Amino acid sequence: MSKYLVIESRDPFDSADVQNLYELAGGLAEQADELTVFLVQNGVLPTRRGSAAAGQITALAQRVSVVADEFSLRERGIGRDALAEGVRVADVETLVDLLAEDGRKVLWH
Amino acid sequence: MATITIALMDPPYETETTTTAFRIIDAAVRKGHSVNVFAYEGAVNLTMADQAPHPDPVKGTSVEEQDHPTTKDWIAAMFKAADGRLDWVNCGLCVDERGAGNWIEGPRRGAPKDFVEWVEASDQTLVIPTK
Repeated sequence: MSKYLVIESRDPFDSADVQNLYELAGGLAEQADELTVFLVQNGVLPTRRGSAAAGQITALAQRVSVVADEFSLRERGIGRDALAEGVRVADVETLVDLLAEDGRKVLWH
Repeated sequence: MATITIALMDPPYETETTTTAFRIIDAAVRKGHSVNVFAYEGAVNLTMADQAPHPDPVKGTSVEEQDHPTTKDWIAAMFKAADGRLDWVNCGLCVDERGAGNWIEGPRRGAPKDFVEWVEASDQTLVIPTK
C-alpha cells in the first residue's frame, strides 16, 4: 500500500514551482493508495476562497486529502469560514501522526 | 512509537521554516516519538550558547518586556521535554566554518555519516531544505 505526504510551505504567487508540486500531487493521486497534501506557512494562502489559486486547491482536494495547518491559518488571519471547498484544517499533531505512519513517503517543498 | 529523523539547514531568525520544524519536533517528542535532528549548514547556529535576547529601541521596551525568544532556548526546552528521546547532531565541518562550536548542553558534533545512519535506522526522514 503506497502512502504519501506532501508538505507545501510556499504559495504559488511567490514560488512558481508550487504549480509543479500541485501537478506532482495530482499525478501521484493516480498511483498512490493514500496521499495527503499538508499546507503550512505561506502554503495556506491559496486556500482562501477568494484566492486566484483556490480553484486549483479545490480541484486537488477532490482527488487527494488537502489539509491546512491551523497555526499557519491563524497567523495569517484566515478563518475556517473563508476556506476553499474541500480544505480540511488540522494541527501539527496531525502532521506528526502522518509522519509516524509506517511506510509513508514524505516530501517537503 | 516511531523514530523520526529531520534534517535542518536554515540558520536562526531567517525563515518561518525553523518555527515549523520546532513545532514538529516538539509535538513528536511530546507524543512519545524519538527524534533525530541533523543540523547542517546554517542550522548549526540554532544551538549557539551565546545567543542573547535584545530590547526594542524603537518601542522603548526592555529585554524583559520584549521577552524575545532565542532558538537555543527553544531547543533546550525541547531537550527537556524529550527526556532522552531527542538526539541532535551539528555538522562538524559546518560548525568549524562558522565558528559555532560553543553550543548549549544536548547537541553533539557529527558528520553527514550520522545522517545516513539515522536515515537507515529511522521509521521516517523529513528533509527541510533551504529555499
